[in-house]
Amino acid sequence: MKKETWKELTIGTINPNAGNSVQNHTGTWRSGTKPEFIEEHCIHCFFCWLYCPHFAVVIDGDKVKGFNYDYCTGCGLCAEECPTKEKSIIMVKENVQLAGGGEE
Amino acid sequence: MAKLKDIAQLEDRLVAGHGMCLGCGIPLIFKVALRATEDPLIISNATGCLEVCTTIFPRTAWNTTWVHSAFENAAATMAGIEAMYKSLKRNGKLPQDKEIKFLATAGDGGTYDIGLQALSGAMERGHNFVYLCYDNNAYANTGGQRSSATPFGASATTSPAGSEIPGKLQRKKDLTKILAAHNIPYVAQANPARWQDLYNKAKKAFEVEGPAFLNVLCPCPTEWKYDESMTVKLAKTAMDTCVWPLYEVDNGKYKINYTPKEKKSVTEWLKPQGRFRHLFKEENAWVIEEYQKQVDEDWEELHKLVEMTK
Repeated sequence: MKKETWKELTIGTINPNAGNSVQNHTGTWRSGTKPEFIEEHCIHCFFCWLYCPHFAVVIDGDKVKGFNYDYCTGCGLCAEECPTKEKSIIMVKENVQLAGGGEE
Repeated sequence: MAKLKDIAQLEDRLVAGHGMCLGCGIPLIFKVALRATEDPLIISNATGCLEVCTTIFPRTAWNTTWVHSAFENAAATMAGIEAMYKSLKRNGKLPQDKEIKFLATAGDGGTYDIGLQALSGAMERGHNFVYLCYDNNAYANTGGQRSSATPFGASATTSPAGSEIPGKLQRKKDLTKILAAHNIPYVAQANPARWQDLYNKAKKAFEVEGPAFLNVLCPCPTEWKYDESMTVKLAKTAMDTCVWPLYEVDNGKYKINYTPKEKKSVTEWLKPQGRFRHLFKEENAWVIEEYQKQVDEDWEELHKLVEMTK
């Protein structure tokens, strides 16, 4: 994304591009662990969706589909709050490539 | 009763790509509260974590009309906006039956301290909007200075625990009761760990005619110093220890929305948090005792208020 300067900005510091933060991939901060979805244990209670601070849980209708790792920061809240006896979400180690910032 | 699966289908008004910390409680609150109305929504946001994290130049994480105001005047800004729309309707420039909802929001710094007079004024004048305070108990955005919402005994950068003091020596301000004293139609205290309750309260607040105030506890892994995956567990502990009781004041009537089966000791609340770590030293045992006493007193007082306003 090209960064606008004050010359291009609308007067009055208005940002007309609602929700354009989706271009900022917060998943690049993730370090160490990421959640893994085990579909066969999932009861689709949506708690992971509810408690994900970074909107990284993908849902389709009334089903949980997994994670959008572009945004997942690996905080582990989803795995902690997953209520199934055999966890449907587990945190796994991942090899970290140092992030180069949030730009596409 | 709303189902989680149903509200999940609604469009997000706060979207991904914001810069809030790992395990932050703020998005959990707004994910639910902003879904409580499907009408067009205008938000004014005072300086604070939510504001700086969602509007990092040149991006915005807001998918709805959003205005940044200064630290002290989120409520005054929203009062002006609300009055403008009222005038547009009165002058026939907008249809009379056009429903628009208004929300002013700030953290505890922008509400308990800096924005209190603007908030009090707007509530007294009876503007028809909702004010939501996400209370993370400190000026978390600037590195964790103490605010008047910081609990007794907590270590913050401007009330550091050490040989002189065992953290903050003053009691937390009870803002919800201050707002209830404005005799506005709806005041409530909520918690993100109980989404149904938060959703119902936000819905009521949006629907009520006149000002409404929501005070929502917002666990902050960065300033409370706990493991970020424990955000929701800790929020639950706050309810079970009655440190943050869930109640509402509906047209002057107090109602407790959650009573724990067994009221837990405050140590369960203090233990996981680094900001209270010093309290477990022998010489600071009195602080925990005092803390428990304060929580018990508040809980008892709340029951009295329920009885009195029956």
